Amino acid sequence: MEIKWDILAMIIGAAFVTFLPRVLPLVVLSRLQIPDLAMRWLSYIPIAVMAALLGDELLMTDGKLASLRDNVELLAALPTFLVAVYTRSLLGTIIVGVVTVMLLRIWL
Amino acid sequence: MQQENVQLRMDRNEESFLQGVKDCVPTLLGYLSIGFAAGVVGHTSGLSVMEVTLMSVLIYAGSAQFIMAGMVAAEGSIAAIIFTVFIVNLRHLLLSAAVSPYFRHLTAFKTMLIGSLLTDETFGVAINKASHTRTLSESWMNGLNVTAYLNWILATMAGAFLGQWITNPEKLGLDFALSAMFIGLLVLQLIGRKKLARDLIVILCAVLVVVGVSMVTSGSVAVIIATVTAATIGVFIERWK
Repeated sequence: MEIKWDILAMIIGAAFVTFLPRVLPLVVLSRLQIPDLAMRWLSYIPIAVMAALLGDELLMTDGKLASLRDNVELLAALPTFLVAVYTRSLLGTIIVGVVTVMLLRIWL
Repeated sequence: MQQENVQLRMDRNEESFLQGVKDCVPTLLGYLSIGFAAGVVGHTSGLSVMEVTLMSVLIYAGSAQFIMAGMVAAEGSIAAIIFTVFIVNLRHLLLSAAVSPYFRHLTAFKTMLIGSLLTDETFGVAINKASHTRTLSESWMNGLNVTAYLNWILATMAGAFLGQWITNPEKLGLDFALSAMFIGLLVLQLIGRKKLARDLIVILCAVLVVVGVSMVTSGSVAVIIATVTAATIGVFIERWK
């Protein structure tokens, strides 16, 4: 139940470098009038970042394209996507996704 | 008159702390499972329950905590670990900038508190809510953020405690909760924005760039480059029309 000194130093350092990018734009940009073009750019950030995170999660393993044949996650993404489109329920989407991966890992 | 009052009350409810807590509920399963997995991984790499908990309290970032555990196990240097965490979490710059227009009415200190608990998931929920409004309420955002935060701390603690008996959390498919959540949030965004053709091009760009770039550099750098490129392309397409 102890905390080692070097681990503590690492955690505090990591906390600091995580805190700054989270906080600075919010504090600074919410004070400023952002130009229209920049606002348009920012409006694409949500879909762009989520698509990029998903692409990285589903298509890549260890810096290489994941093989399409036994990519359980990519397979499961299809029913997950359909449930999201038809139900528009976040919880339903997550449950279907997790259960699909569980079943695929049992079967395949 | 009566109807107006009811409407007003509903609006206020929509913006309350409690409503923020409720809007966080769909993401809880994802946080729980990923946090649990992060706790297990932390335990396996030799971190104590206290250390895992402190990481969740102070750093509060899933992917970074996974990577840190891995680097601790591999006996990486402290400087290298901190730098890696910085790169992995740099995408928060973009998220923080994207929500900033909705918090113009708050003081710097209050926006700082909101920003310090910003994650991919709470960002997704918040930006989705913001598609109908011009500002986001502080209490609603805090309700959302604090719920997610506490859930994360508890989940990683539980994972670190129970880590010794769990050999394979992947069997339950829980590691997919994060991707499933992003799929759900992305679809909700697409439906809410009503710019489907343009958005699909942006999404395609983001995926292509992230795949291409992560072959030559780390996945987290690729995510940042892909996000910036795809958003820029989105603006260009808008201009052309």
